[in-house]
Amino acid sequence: MDVARYIKNEKGGIDDVILSSGIHVKPSYGPADLEEIGFDYDTDLGAPGEYPFTRNLFPEGYRTREWTTRQYTGFGTPRETNERFRMMIDHGQTGLNVAFDLPTQMGLDSDHPLALGEVGRVGMAVDSLRDFEVAFAGIDLHKVGAGLTINAVASIMLAMYQAVAEKLGFDRTKISATPQNDILKEVIGRGAWIYALEPAVKLIGDTIEYSMTTMPRTNPVSVCGYHIRESGATPAQEMAYAFLIANAYIDEVAKRGYAPEEFVGRFSFNFNIFGNLWEQVTKFRAGRKVWAKNLSEKYDVKNPKNLWLRGLFAGGGSGLTKAEPENNIMRGAFYGLAAALSGAQSTALCSFDEAFTIPTPRSALLSLRTLQILMDEVGMRDTVDPLAGSYFIETLTKQMEEKIWEEMGEIEEQGGIIKAITSGYLQRKVAWQAYEFERDVQRGDLIKVGVNKYAEEEDADVELHEYNEAWAEEQLAGLIELKRTRDSAAVTATLKTLEAVARAGENVMPALVDACKAYATVGEMSDVFRDVYGEFDEPSIF
Amino acid sequence: MNETVRVSPVKVLLAKPGLDGHDRGAKVVAIAMKEAGMEVVYMGLHQTLEAIVAAAVQEDVDVIGISILSGGHLPICRRLMELLAAEGVDDIAVCVGGVIPKRDVAVLQEMGVKGVFPGGADLHKMTDAIKALVG
Repeated sequence: MDVARYIKNEKGGIDDVILSSGIHVKPSYGPADLEEIGFDYDTDLGAPGEYPFTRNLFPEGYRTREWTTRQYTGFGTPRETNERFRMMIDHGQTGLNVAFDLPTQMGLDSDHPLALGEVGRVGMAVDSLRDFEVAFAGIDLHKVGAGLTINAVASIMLAMYQAVAEKLGFDRTKISATPQNDILKEVIGRGAWIYALEPAVKLIGDTIEYSMTTMPRTNPVSVCGYHIRESGATPAQEMAYAFLIANAYIDEVAKRGYAPEEFVGRFSFNFNIFGNLWEQVTKFRAGRKVWAKNLSEKYDVKNPKNLWLRGLFAGGGSGLTKAEPENNIMRGAFYGLAAALSGAQSTALCSFDEAFTIPTPRSALLSLRTLQILMDEVGMRDTVDPLAGSYFIETLTKQMEEKIWEEMGEIEEQGGIIKAITSGYLQRKVAWQAYEFERDVQRGDLIKVGVNKYAEEEDADVELHEYNEAWAEEQLAGLIELKRTRDSAAVTATLKTLEAVARAGENVMPALVDACKAYATVGEMSDVFRDVYGEFDEPSIF
Repeated sequence: MNETVRVSPVKVLLAKPGLDGHDRGAKVVAIAMKEAGMEVVYMGLHQTLEAIVAAAVQEDVDVIGISILSGGHLPICRRLMELLAAEGVDDIAVCVGGVIPKRDVAVLQEMGVKGVFPGGADLHKMTDAIKALVG
């Protein structure tokens, strides 16, 4: 959900403000409010860098380290993507966030019939290690970490990242990959699922276990409240559902005999920012606290660093509008401000043209510059958690915390997150909220400037990224050449091993790395999993 | 003059063809159609066009609504219209929604797509337009 609901009186003044998460905002706040909710500095906030981390993960916030900027990037062939990666790094971007095209996300090679028209369209096409070799050429993988926005086949892509790093002369213990690797949210929103849920969660367990033992700087899973919110969830639900999903992954690894303390420190999250500024900031302050308490109380995690809510807090696409697209530049700046006031460790913005298509170089750079201006020009590095102590912010943070626990409790009552997803309960709930939101925008009950207020008839002319059919042809030619020249005996042998390991229920990661190094394709590896695991059956929600 | 009044609700098959999984819009439209009194057969994600056509014929729907956000709407709609023609189906109206640039609307209409509803389209106007299509 987006903007708050404003209940007006006859004189045009505001009688009530109801945030998307359902919390009422009062016209003014004072010491009595803090007393009423039982606010206590030490237990509710603690010093920045101390449990429960409400204020920040670090004592001095951005003074010690400014945020990492990770614009979502990737399109066409690996060659185009590599050029854009280098452009963004040259302009001061400090991390990568790789976008894959839909065939790659769905574990299909570029020559699959279903890939027609989609190769390189919404991200980079990847068929084999050869493509990664081109995409990451000339980038210092010891210095620049890579977020890999891939889910159903995240295990394959993590294996390929290790393979490419080693091929390019980097040390697997020093590279940092963050595959998104969150299949449960794919079922709620975004929809890039392939395998039946139980084995899909098992694959995530494999990547976590493997990272622990073999790629220690990898953040094997990035749990996404982001897409759940894009699908219609409220900010409180976004946090609540993401935490429950993270708990499901913890349980998967814990049942293999590991203590959560050994691996939760590498978990990261991806959250969304759009809509009401105060609700966003308090959502993150409350979220850090809820996550730390969840780990400490439910999983007995003790090391403070392992209790951190780490992650990417990114400006969301749902807040952007197609009407008057330049307005999205301003929206992005406010979302970036919300991220900074929330103490985001890592951030990105949807670019102003993303309501139409993937960004042009100019609009992607504009997003990066917006984030850089926040750090360098308007004082966001001065002092940590600058809104702390505000009667309003502290009251709202506490109410938001209660709301997040309440939303978590509701799903637990449904039998837990996996059950709520497989039954379609959660999807139905979120879809209805999305409908109500659209209905209310169209009625004018929720305001979007340029859409239902101050709207103008004229359509702005914006320069858009153009899809180039030649990329698909180039990618296909590359795939044909690969299949002709690779050692097919090695491919067959490694795929056989992969299948045996998958059937035996063992950790598939070592076999995947071998298959990647033998230049097996993404489609070939994911077909092995399709055979062994079966495909997900979408529950009917209507 | 007597007007024929349709008594049965308009029946719509909604599906997401291809690989794009962004289904918020399709689900919102499904609810809006139901709220407007239509009967909705929701096929969900990752559907092939062949499966969509087969289901539309089998369910005897009035309208096929497809939602595409990846940018692949032109090749997908072209193929869908070919498949319908090959099946000899001419009494099902095809509508498309999603991220559709303005310049593509006329192209889609030329193919025979009856309704084009880009993201942000008014839900009431959309359901009214679809009811008018079916008559």
